[in-house]
Amino acid sequence: MTDVPITLAARGLDRSRVAGLLQRYGVYGAVAALLLFNAVFTDHFLTVDNLRTQLVQVSPVVIVALGMALVIGTEGVDLSVGSTMALASALLPLYLGYGLAPALLLALFAGVVVGLVNGSLVALVGLQPIVATLALFVGGRGLALVIADGQLKQIQNRDLLGLGTDSLLGIPLVVLIAGVLAVVIAFLVQRTTFGRQLVAVGGNRAAAALAGLPVKRVLIGVYVLCGVLAALAGVLATARLTASDPSALGNLMELSAITAVVVGGTPLTGGSVRVLGTVTGALLMQLLHATLVTHNLHDSTAQMAQAAIILVAVYVARERRSR
Amino acid sequence: MKSLVKATSAPTVPRQAVPAYTARPTGRQRAAELLQRQGVLAVLLLVVLVSSFVFPSFASLDNARGVTVQASFLSIVALGMTLVIISGGIDLSVGSVFALGGVLAAWASQWGVLPALLVPLAVCGAIGAVNGLLVARAGMAPFIVTLASLLGARGLLLALTHEGATTYLVPRGSAFAELGGGSLGGFGYPVFIALALFAAGGLVLQRTSFGQTLFAVGGSSDAATLMGLPVARTKVLVYVLSGLLAGLAGALNAARLSSGVTIIGVGMELDAIAAVVIGGTLLVGGAGSVSGTLWGVLLLAVIQNLINQIGSLNSSYQSVVSGGFLILVVVAQRYLSAARRST
Repeated sequence: MTDVPITLAARGLDRSRVAGLLQRYGVYGAVAALLLFNAVFTDHFLTVDNLRTQLVQVSPVVIVALGMALVIGTEGVDLSVGSTMALASALLPLYLGYGLAPALLLALFAGVVVGLVNGSLVALVGLQPIVATLALFVGGRGLALVIADGQLKQIQNRDLLGLGTDSLLGIPLVVLIAGVLAVVIAFLVQRTTFGRQLVAVGGNRAAAALAGLPVKRVLIGVYVLCGVLAALAGVLATARLTASDPSALGNLMELSAITAVVVGGTPLTGGSVRVLGTVTGALLMQLLHATLVTHNLHDSTAQMAQAAIILVAVYVARERRSR
Repeated sequence: MKSLVKATSAPTVPRQAVPAYTARPTGRQRAAELLQRQGVLAVLLLVVLVSSFVFPSFASLDNARGVTVQASFLSIVALGMTLVIISGGIDLSVGSVFALGGVLAAWASQWGVLPALLVPLAVCGAIGAVNGLLVARAGMAPFIVTLASLLGARGLLLALTHEGATTYLVPRGSAFAELGGGSLGGFGYPVFIALALFAAGGLVLQRTSFGQTLFAVGGSSDAATLMGLPVARTKVLVYVLSGLLAGLAGALNAARLSSGVTIIGVGMELDAIAAVVIGGTLLVGGAGSVSGTLWGVLLLAVIQNLINQIGSLNSSYQSVVSGGFLILVVVAQRYLSAARRST
């Protein structure tokens, strides 16, 4: 699907090769450039504390974006991730009295259920992903608010709070979890049957069905994975906030995740998943925001810059794939 | 690549239910089509009827006035969204554009009514034009293009209001404030403006060549190109209209609130999409109606109002019910359209 047609004229080939290089390595180049810029022009940027803060902040986005990358790989999209985070966060305090494990299981189970609903609507009913996941985007947060009675609840459980504050070998636990998950997802995509089926289903669903692949099972599995990852991100975000906040947690997360995936070079048309690109895409947006804000440019400028980056990334991606 | 996206985004898994329907008379298909088009209206009427009996306060004229004026702003935004979705696209930027339009209108209202309307329309129309050009000329995915302008428009709004620190107020007693706050027979002016816009939208869709082209473009962009239709121009125009309508709705809302509120409009794009989808417009494009969208918006507004009526119910239930409704409607739609297409 992403192969360059052999019949291209020489000029077209050059152009598309440049664009292809840009698409493949542009995001890494951009992150490197931003790091370099900050190392030179930003005071106290290259300190362990600052880098750690940046990584901790980006971790939930990375975790959600990993799931989103899988979904987008199947030519889908999951708008419900932010609501899923809120739902997981709202469920946490319910069983926290019995310890961390039951509360955590319940929260992750919510992610499984959300994924099952989304996946079934897409795979069995045949709805467009954007509509299928819109319902839970709307309803999920409402459900979270109903469960939490519309209230923010302070978390006292030390085990849960530890997830947000503890470090292992100097690396914050949140960052470690995000890193391990990225490796696991990369392995899943590149080395497992499920990964290959996922890419095939995203590339051409009809062909995958004709080839005898379990299309429906793959689709449902992908949405379940995305739901669980979003729920986990919700748990970690709750731990860092030290409160369960169903009304604000995960707001606009779907947009951040989609941005990270797309900027990272995964095409919205499915058929390919770029895991490292997705992680780098999330880092790029985080660094960009941090850079602009530390140089006294406001949130507004940061948002407009973010918009520009998205457009450039997608324009480059378009160049590569158009004939 | 464009055509591939189109082809694969439609459900491609073979459906076994189809042969069973082909044997049946077309009466069933016609019924399905009617249901798909006017099913929302039937549900809306049913909900209104039942709740009038259950909640005496629901059926009051005062309540109707409140519900309609609340719904009018979303309905204007959803009207533009309907056109975009019929063209096979989507506009995620409307919530930000709505908020931006409100801030611009409140800011410009110090110079009178005309600037208060023209400034937001010009800026929001321009944002729509950029969306349209990137979608139609650069061939970029509408989802991403309008996602970027969602961020960009909100950034612009933040910059205009000094990161949200400044709230522009509409001068007291100005004619612009009257435009949003005034009423005729108790019904707010925005209600009549919305109705007029929907009437115009319906006429444009059904009776003009632009409307016909729009359906053709949404049905199959490639086929429309082969037929020599102005595909790119139509798409650009649709996004411009969506931007204009979202900006206008924002301006009217600012007139009603007498200020440009910076924190509104978040998630409005999804409310608008939900209303359009509930109204029977297919997200794949090529089919749909503005009347359905009107009923969709009203249905969402009535549900919200009902939940307010049931004082004991947490207002969070509103989104749960809306989400549930959305699932019901789109699943029903899916099966109905499968029945209809099986000729």
